[in-house]
Amino acid sequence: MTRHLVVAGHGMVGHRLVEELVEAGGLEGPEAWEVTIVGEESRPAYDRVALSSAFAGAGEDQLTLVADGFFDTPGLRLLVNEAVASVDPQARTATTTTGRVLAYDHLVLATGSRPFVPPLPGKDLPGVFTYRTLDDVEAITAWCAGRRTGVVLGGGLLGLEAANALRLLGLEVHVVEMAPRLMPVQLDDGGAAALRTRIEALGVHVHVGASSQEIEAGPDGAVVGLRLADGTTLAADVCVISAGIRPRDDVARGCGIGLHERGGILVDEACQTSDPAISAIGECAVAAGRVWGLVAPGYKMAAAVADRLTGGDATFEGADLSTKLKLLGIDVASVGESHGPGAVLDDPRSSTYKKIRLDAEGRVIGAVLVGDASSFGDLVQLHRSGAAVEDVLTLLAGTAAPAATGPSALVCSCNSVTTGDLITAIEADGICDLATLKTCTKAGTGCGGCVPTVKVVLERQLAAQGVAVRRGLCEHFPDRTRQDLYDICRIGQVRTLADLLASHGQGRRGCEICKPTVASILASLGGGYVLDGEQAALQDTNDFALANLQRNGTYSVVPRMPGGEVTPRQLMACAEVAEDYDLYVKVTGGQRLDLFGAKLDDLPAIWARLGEAGLESGHAYGKALRTVKSCVGINWCRYGVQDSTEMAKLLELRYRGLRSPHKIKMAVSGCARECAEAQSKDVGVIATEAGWNLYVGGNGGFRPRHADLLAEGLSDAELVRAVDRFLQYYVRTGERLERTAAWIERIEDGIEHVRRVVIDDSLGLGAELEAQMAAHVEGYECEWAATLRQPERLARFQTYVNEGAST
Amino acid sequence: MSILDPTTTTPASVGTTAAASETNSRQNRWHDVCGLDRLTVERGASALVDGRPVALFRLDDDEVLAVDDVDPFWGVPVLSRGLVGCIGGRDTVASPLLKQRFDLRTGACLDDPTVTVAVWPVQVQQGRVAVTPPPSLAGP
Repeated sequence: MTRHLVVAGHGMVGHRLVEELVEAGGLEGPEAWEVTIVGEESRPAYDRVALSSAFAGAGEDQLTLVADGFFDTPGLRLLVNEAVASVDPQARTATTTTGRVLAYDHLVLATGSRPFVPPLPGKDLPGVFTYRTLDDVEAITAWCAGRRTGVVLGGGLLGLEAANALRLLGLEVHVVEMAPRLMPVQLDDGGAAALRTRIEALGVHVHVGASSQEIEAGPDGAVVGLRLADGTTLAADVCVISAGIRPRDDVARGCGIGLHERGGILVDEACQTSDPAISAIGECAVAAGRVWGLVAPGYKMAAAVADRLTGGDATFEGADLSTKLKLLGIDVASVGESHGPGAVLDDPRSSTYKKIRLDAEGRVIGAVLVGDASSFGDLVQLHRSGAAVEDVLTLLAGTAAPAATGPSALVCSCNSVTTGDLITAIEADGICDLATLKTCTKAGTGCGGCVPTVKVVLERQLAAQGVAVRRGLCEHFPDRTRQDLYDICRIGQVRTLADLLASHGQGRRGCEICKPTVASILASLGGGYVLDGEQAALQDTNDFALANLQRNGTYSVVPRMPGGEVTPRQLMACAEVAEDYDLYVKVTGGQRLDLFGAKLDDLPAIWARLGEAGLESGHAYGKALRTVKSCVGINWCRYGVQDSTEMAKLLELRYRGLRSPHKIKMAVSGCARECAEAQSKDVGVIATEAGWNLYVGGNGGFRPRHADLLAEGLSDAELVRAVDRFLQYYVRTGERLERTAAWIERIEDGIEHVRRVVIDDSLGLGAELEAQMAAHVEGYECEWAATLRQPERLARFQTYVNEGAST
Repeated sequence: MSILDPTTTTPASVGTTAAASETNSRQNRWHDVCGLDRLTVERGASALVDGRPVALFRLDDDEVLAVDDVDPFWGVPVLSRGLVGCIGGRDTVASPLLKQRFDLRTGACLDDPTVTVAVWPVQVQQGRVAVTPPPSLAGP
């Protein structure tokens, strides 16, 4: 007989319960559950942990946790904008805020928590917000438009998230924490001090040990500041209260089930309340003696209840609270019991702090990491396995070998996936790519911190199964990747494909794969005019014509317009050639003009005229820098905080003509509103009042990817240096036709690795990469100017090679 | 020099004179195209012969191969602009449009066995390149 399950709350944990239930087959068979989920918000479950990414432009569709078509599953029903208002445990009915009465055989309370708002005068003023839902995000965003300063009450995890959100909205931010340090629950004094230094370097003002007295109103009744106990007032146009959470237990309170004396629904190890027909999971529950304010324990509770609903006997007996976060771009992690004495690495120069606590037997009992959390995975495994640490100093330095990975080693702590689970999926389901493995096992889909480990397990397992992971470029270089060939050419001074084939390849001639790859490598290494000598034979079709082949065999012509700026004279030149050669003109997404329909024979004449007007090749035909998109910035825009157009021009003129594994797109936005869409570019720059924030690895196109933040608060010179290094490192190590997005996802440790190399110069390559870029800038010449200068170079721009044949 | 077939009526041939290398045999007309030095090693070039675009490829040993220039997948004369390669010992060109590869000696498409392009016989004599239409294209 069908049984009715009502789930009160459609947050992360409530949704996970339903997913687990569906997966366990709970909606099938003679005892199938018919599930009604009641969600108070206007939208289905979304990733609350990533809430601040909504300020960085993540849309609802990126945050949603609901797979396409999930609620088409028969037996599932989702009600939104509706909450369970009361429960009658005798009648086994739940009544919603719209008066709907839902009968249940089992009820799961997953009502989560609400922000705690201290009884502070002024807490209800316009401009005072809490920070928990996407509705909060929308309200804060709307309020902050045109406003300058904000204050966040609370320097805990959520408070710092909120501070980041305000920062992303372009506000100057104060964080006020009552405790004597930031993140008092997770961090010790040393870690909090390192975090504070780093946060202040971003321009955020931190006030610790400060208690708030009153939120002050201005003449219009809206918030104008926060007065502290010491009498000072922080001016603020917006105030976000993030002073902790309280379990939402009102419904339980109303129906008489057991509560904890300090709030929260008491449950046993089965997550069952004092009424056997009612369970509670997530932040509304007090399980194993406490409220678990992280998502991973909530997911464990959801799994336990789903198991019991399908006849199992799983339990929740507490969870490891080890956690790794990125707050304002800063890595912060804590493992086990982090408070107490331990071995400490405290480097004020780099604002990096690490503490590892060992017991008498050398087992890890806790750790704190700030600024560099790269050893988090190893420490968590050591903590869980209880293996003794031989050399704590090596571990502190972060150079220890990865922890042993037996099948029971936990890889993904968010979703409780072990190495064994991954291996089973790879073996039994024949999975051989990371994306599928993540989807099937959920590993790496929470905080994402374990993705590099998941990848290693996958590669090892595939290798063990004898699945050849061929990395060779083509049949001529079966054992060489593009990176190998780049190094061979760079170090060995090899400058022709023939030499490369003779020394490191097979056969005498190349193919359509290796030829353009080698052409690109040689061009990156400063090979001179790309159509001279053997290089002419290697170039891709477009590079050979210095124009883009279109589907009808004609070409398109794209002059460079740095910063999207064009003079009337140049515009006239474009108009004239378009008219004379019957070209279709389109303004591109990259803020320049594309002239379509040019015949091969006409390209030199067209370029001669464009060149006279001062226009040069836009390299739209090359695997090279395309364009640096920009907004108008501080000169015109009311919100701009820096001159984005000038910076875009500087970057475009610096990196123009740089040949790379694939095309490179860039953008510069003059404020956090991000009109230039920099976070969808290979290199994106966003202005803040504290300097430039540099994002890398973004992509639009087939598989969109948001860029990762590489560095913040950079000066002009620091920005250029970081981009120099980043681009040259990508050129050096990227694979053929691998955009920066795929590159960062492929390389071990991803953005962390890139940051170490580019920002921290961990490989000592910085000076060399900068010198390579300097040589590129020095050696740049417009390829069309170089072509037109030497008449013999024009012979190839002829549709028919037989003399006299006209087109 | 020019298009050299006296029987053709294409505008390109009007007013041109027949070259010595030309024969008047319809079955075996050799069309002088250009000097070998006009062709870039390991690249293609297009020539208009009898009104048909022909793709010529000069390999690294100076052998010249020719196929119809029209990409059979798109109907556009661009194969001459593709990349020349050597794949599994076969001399190939990859279409610059969607990258299908063709065997320059047999005309077979490596990526779709149902598709071929016509192969044109080529002569290189005294530094001049000449082609003749394949039997499938030669007139009666």
